[in-house]
Amino acid sequence: MTAAKLPFEVLISRHGASVLRVARALVGVQDADDVWQETFLAALRAYPRTDVKNVQAWLITITRNKAMDHHRRIATLPVPVGGVADLLPNHTASGTDAVIGAVESAEMAQAVWAALALLPNKRRHAVAYHHLAGLPYADVAELLGGTEAAARRAGADGMKSLRTLLAPWKGFDDDDKS
Amino acid sequence: MMTRAERSMHALQPLNAGLEAVAADEAATLVRLSGVLRGAAQAHGLVDVAYRSIDSPVGPLLLVATEVGLVRVAFSVEGHDTVLAELAESISPRILHAPARLDAAAREFEEYFAHTRHTFDLPLDFRLASGFRYEVLTHLHEIEYGSTASYSAVAALTSSPRAVRAVGTACARNPLPVVVPCHRVIRSDGSQGAYLGGPEAKALLLSLEAV
Repeated sequence: MTAAKLPFEVLISRHGASVLRVARALVGVQDADDVWQETFLAALRAYPRTDVKNVQAWLITITRNKAMDHHRRIATLPVPVGGVADLLPNHTASGTDAVIGAVESAEMAQAVWAALALLPNKRRHAVAYHHLAGLPYADVAELLGGTEAAARRAGADGMKSLRTLLAPWKGFDDDDKS
Repeated sequence: MMTRAERSMHALQPLNAGLEAVAADEAATLVRLSGVLRGAAQAHGLVDVAYRSIDSPVGPLLLVATEVGLVRVAFSVEGHDTVLAELAESISPRILHAPARLDAAAREFEEYFAHTRHTFDLPLDFRLASGFRYEVLTHLHEIEYGSTASYSAVAALTSSPRAVRAVGTACARNPLPVVVPCHRVIRSDGSQGAYLGGPEAKALLLSLEAV
């Protein structure tokens, strides 16, 4: 069976998470929900597409386009108000280890999204497509418009910048496995 | 060696060290988002095929509907994912889990299994059965709740009264079991014969109707 003819519900369960991560990286957690909805609604409208070989890359491309539409509408990037200072861990939570763990991981997630917003465009996109959504660099290059080597470099540089920004977080490993 | 598509799927989990935290609330968010999406897709008329599953005494049943009506009922032995993949090919891949659209059908199944309903009163879409198979199915409601008929008796009702074997095939490939009561068709020697939901399911349905 061709991938282009899978039940659409399968696309949502297989690729919903990667679309969400890319949307969050490109427009911020707040507005990502709208971009996610617009992406899957547009995909469903166009479905099935017999010319699409790689469904995930197709969905991420739509996500990128919907994110760009979104930026055109609001004309700003979701930069945290306090800048990098806002990214510092805030361990004043009390409670059980599990509760502290959950709070810390939510804070960490917030910090990652905020740090991503501070990256230069190309690096942010490369990290979103490759490290968050899991697209191979060949597909990332098509989305960025450039060579695979340039995409790989943008991804590695992006991860390096993230490591610097997130250095206060002990959980952030500096081993880049890409 | 993995294909590129497989590699990209596997790359989702685990995330790069340090990035795992972003996945913390993903599952809950995705449940919420897909709920909203299904509603919007319905409102825009983009759902060609809607489905849900229900629990029943004969195991989980998959209920599938088009705009026309109920188009497929599947037992779990058929593999619900397999059935949906087939429907993506034969009807349309715009298939979404849309429980609300099958509320009425689910209620009638519940009533049937609770002995309070003897006939189903639902719009049906027979597009998966054509020709003689369709003709056979249209006669099955003539076998009343709680009774049975032989394959040859059913053949006698059709335009080809000697096509006993073809009646067997039509029953075996009934896309709407339970609703279109092929379980009431048995062998002329009185034994129950085969059933697409398995012989146990057929026996259970017949004993349920005998009460």
